[in-house]
Amino acid sequence: MTTHTPRDEQDTSIIIREAAKKGTLLNVAGNGTKAPMGRPNQTDASISSAAMSGITLYEPAELVISARSGTPVLEVMRVLAAKGQELPFEPMDYRSILGTRGNPTIGAIAAMNISGPRRIMAGAARDSLIGVRFVNGRGEVVKSGGRVMKNVTGLDLVKLMAGSWGTLGFLTEVTFKVLPKPERMATLVIRGLDDSQAIEALSMALGSPFDVTGAAHLPDRDRRGGSTLIRLEGFRVSVDYRMNELKRLFKRFRFMDILEGVGAEALWQSVRDVTILTDQGQRAIWRVSTAPTKGPDVAAHVAQALDAQWFYDWGGGLLWISTPANGDAGASVLREATRTYGGHATLVRAPVEVRSTLDVFEPQSDALMTLTRGIKASFDPAGILNPGRMYAGI
Amino acid sequence: MILKEGSMTIAFPKPDQAVVARRRDIIEGLGRLVASEALIVSEDERRAFETDGLTAYRQMPLAVVLPSTTQEVSAIMRFCNDQGVKVVPRGAGTSLCGGAIPQADAIVLGVAKMNQVLDVSFEGRTARVQAGITNLGISQAVAHENFFYAPDPSSQLACTIAGNIAMNSGGAHCLKYGVTTNNLLGVTLVMLDGTVVEIGGEHLDAAGYDILGLVCGSEGQLGVVTEAVVRILRAAEGARPALFGFEKAEDAGACVAAIIGAGIIPVALEYMDKPAIQICEAFAHAGYPLDVEAMLIVEVEGSDQEIDDMLRRIVAISEPFKPKTMKVSQSEAESAAIWKGRKSAFGATGRVADYICMDGTIPTGQLPYVLNRIDEIVKSYGLGVANVFHAGDGNLHPLVMFNTNVPGEMEKAEKAGEDILKLCVEVGGCLTGEHGVGIEKRDLMTYQFNPVDLEQQMRVRGVFDPGWLLNPAKVFPLEGRFAA
Repeated sequence: MTTHTPRDEQDTSIIIREAAKKGTLLNVAGNGTKAPMGRPNQTDASISSAAMSGITLYEPAELVISARSGTPVLEVMRVLAAKGQELPFEPMDYRSILGTRGNPTIGAIAAMNISGPRRIMAGAARDSLIGVRFVNGRGEVVKSGGRVMKNVTGLDLVKLMAGSWGTLGFLTEVTFKVLPKPERMATLVIRGLDDSQAIEALSMALGSPFDVTGAAHLPDRDRRGGSTLIRLEGFRVSVDYRMNELKRLFKRFRFMDILEGVGAEALWQSVRDVTILTDQGQRAIWRVSTAPTKGPDVAAHVAQALDAQWFYDWGGGLLWISTPANGDAGASVLREATRTYGGHATLVRAPVEVRSTLDVFEPQSDALMTLTRGIKASFDPAGILNPGRMYAGI
Repeated sequence: MILKEGSMTIAFPKPDQAVVARRRDIIEGLGRLVASEALIVSEDERRAFETDGLTAYRQMPLAVVLPSTTQEVSAIMRFCNDQGVKVVPRGAGTSLCGGAIPQADAIVLGVAKMNQVLDVSFEGRTARVQAGITNLGISQAVAHENFFYAPDPSSQLACTIAGNIAMNSGGAHCLKYGVTTNNLLGVTLVMLDGTVVEIGGEHLDAAGYDILGLVCGSEGQLGVVTEAVVRILRAAEGARPALFGFEKAEDAGACVAAIIGAGIIPVALEYMDKPAIQICEAFAHAGYPLDVEAMLIVEVEGSDQEIDDMLRRIVAISEPFKPKTMKVSQSEAESAAIWKGRKSAFGATGRVADYICMDGTIPTGQLPYVLNRIDEIVKSYGLGVANVFHAGDGNLHPLVMFNTNVPGEMEKAEKAGEDILKLCVEVGGCLTGEHGVGIEKRDLMTYQFNPVDLEQQMRVRGVFDPGWLLNPAKVFPLEGRFAA
C-alpha cells in the first residue's frame, strides 16, 4: 500500500485532490501510534504527517504555540518546558495500552481530542486548540481560528476538527493555548473508600474553592483498600495552604497521605496513560464518559454482568474499564449502562475482529447521525478521508 | 440586489415582497401555534424588537413570537420552514454586533420567556437551564452554595444564556475560566425543520463530532437553543483587584507580558487608557489615577494568604516598569467600585458621547504598536477614542467616539472602526473576540478569511439551513453566498 508523506500543505493538497478525483480511499495518519484504535477500515493508500514537523511559532508571553501536525508531542512538550510552560490538558500517551511504538504527533492530539486528568479543571485538547490549518477532502487548504485565544469570528471549525479522527480533513498545522507549568504539585491520597464514598469525596473536593486539578479513584483490587487521589498544583504557598484546608475538609477519613515528587508524578502518569489497567494483558479497554455522580452506577452495572476492572478519573466522570476481549467485549452491557445512566462508551482497545463487528463509538441518535453525515459530506464529499474509522459511512 | 437604508453603511438584503405580502396569513398560522399573548403583531409592540445593542440599525419584523416550550419552538420553526419565512432568533437583544436585528421579511423568535432553572447538581457541578435565563440568573440560582457560572460578559444582568451560546460570549474573567464554549456541556437544539436534537449532556465531553462546539458561536444560524447544560463552579474564597498606573502604554503592555512570563495567570487583567480612565472615574468614583496614560486592573483569587502572596509577586514584577500608581483594594466596597468603573465603561462612555465599540483581538506582543496605530487612525478621522480591553488575552475594545448630530460623523466612526479591525487582522489577530460578527463585521470577513475558508464554513452552515432562512443577513458577506 502506498504511503504518501507530503512535505507541506501544497503537497497534501495535490495528493488529496488526486485521490478525490480517483476515489482513492486514504488512511489518515501521523506516526501510527494509535493505528489500533477506532473501527478498522479498508483504504487504498495512506497519507501521513510524518514529514511535516517543526514548531512554527512560539510566544511564551502570549501563551501560544503553533506546530506542523507531524511534530512529535514530546518535542512540543520539551520546547514548552524550557520556558516553564506546558500543554494544559495533559494529553494521554496511548502507546502503553496499545502496545505501539514511535512518536505520537501533535496533530493526533488535536484530531482525536486527547486529554488527561487535568481536563477536569483546564479543559480538553479542544478547549486549548485555538487554530488549525487543514486540507479538506476536496484538496482545498482551509484555515479556521488563529493564534489569539479569544476569537469568535465565523463558524468554529476548529472544534469540528478536534475529535474528528481525520475524517473531515488532514491537519497540517495546529495552534494551542498553553499555560505556565505549576511550581509545585501535591496529591492527597485517601485510602479505604468504596466507589460511592470515593466519588462523594471527589465531588466535595471539586466543589471546594481549592482548584483541584486531578480527581481520580483507583478501587480496591487487592484488599488493601482503594486509593482516592486529589491533586493540587500551583505556587508553593498556595498549594500548602489549600492542602491544609483539604485535610481539614476530610478530617473524618482516618487514612490519608500526602504524595509528592517523582512517585506522585508517576502515579498521575499511570492514571493519564491508563497503565493501571495494562497488567490485565490482552483484555478489552473501554472509555466511558458520564455524569460524575453516575460513575459508580455505570461501574456496578458493568461489574454485575462482566468480569470487569475499572478506575475513575475526572471526579467520577471518566471510567476506564477492562473487560474480557471475547464475544462483543462487553459492548451490549456497556451500552445498556450508558443508555440507563447517560454518557457514552468508546471501545479503545480490542482485537481487530472484535472492533470490526461492533460499534467502536457510541451509536448516536438519528438526528445527530443525519447532521454527522451532512458535515462529513460538506468537508469530504467523495468520502475518501479515513472512511468508516468513526462510524460506518462516515 | 442590496438595499441601503438611509445613511447607514451596512446593507440588508432586499426583503422578499412575496413573503411580506403574506404577512396576515403568516400571523394567522403562528396564532394557531402559540397563545395569543405570545404573538406580537402591533407596530408599537414590535418596535421594542426592531434593534438590539447596535441601535444605529433598525428593521421592523413581520411579527414577534415568544414561545414557552421547546415544542412550541419546534412547531414555529417547522411552520416557518414550510412557509419559507425567515427566522431571527433573539435572547435579550443585547448584541453589540447586530446579531439580533430583524429583517422586514422575517419573524423574530424570542426565547426570553423560557427562563427557568430545570435542574442543578452541585455534586456533578452542572446546571440545566432554559435558554432564556439571564447569565446572572444562573449564578444567582446557585449562589446559596457559593457556586457560580463563570463567563461574565458586561451585560450579564440582561443577556441570556441563549445569546451567550450564539455569540460564544466571554467576559472579564475568561483568562482563568474560559469563554462560553469552555463552560457548555450540552444543548437542546431545535432545527429549522422542527427536529429537536439533544447534544451532549451532564458529562464532560460529547460523543462524535463536536457539534456542541460548532453550535456555540454560530450566531443563531444553525438552530434555536432552548435548553442548555452548563458547568457551574465553586467560587474562590476571595478575590482582590489592584490598580497599576503607568506613564506609557508600552510600560503597561510590557508589565502584562512580564506577569504572564512569570507563570502568573491572574483571574482578570484589564487595561484602560487615559480617556477611558477619566470617563469611568467620573461615573464610578472608583479611585482610578487620573494622571496616568494607562492603567491595569489585576485581580487575583484565593484565600487572604494566597492573595497576599500573589499580589506581592505582581507588585515586584511591575517595579521595573515604574508604575506611577499602585493601589491594592482594601475592602469589598473598594473592589466593587473598581469593577463598577470597568464594567460600566460602555455605559459611562455613552454619557459623554455617541460611540461604536470594536472588539478585535491581537497578539498581546503587538499591543503598543496597535494602540499607537489606533490613535493615529481615529485622529485621521477627526474623532476620539477610549480604550478598555482584556489585556491578558489581547481582546481590544476601542470605543470610537462621535456625535450623531454632526452629519457624517457616524460614517467616519464606522470607517475608523473598520480600519482598526483590519489592523487587528494584519498583526495576526481577528475581527471579533467576543461580540460576534452579526451585521457589523459581516462585510469585513473577507479580510480574515479567503473564499475557500468562507466556502467551507458556508457548506457547514448549509447542512443545518440549506435555504438561508435562519438569521440570514448575518456573518457571511451578502455577495458570494451559497448553500451546500
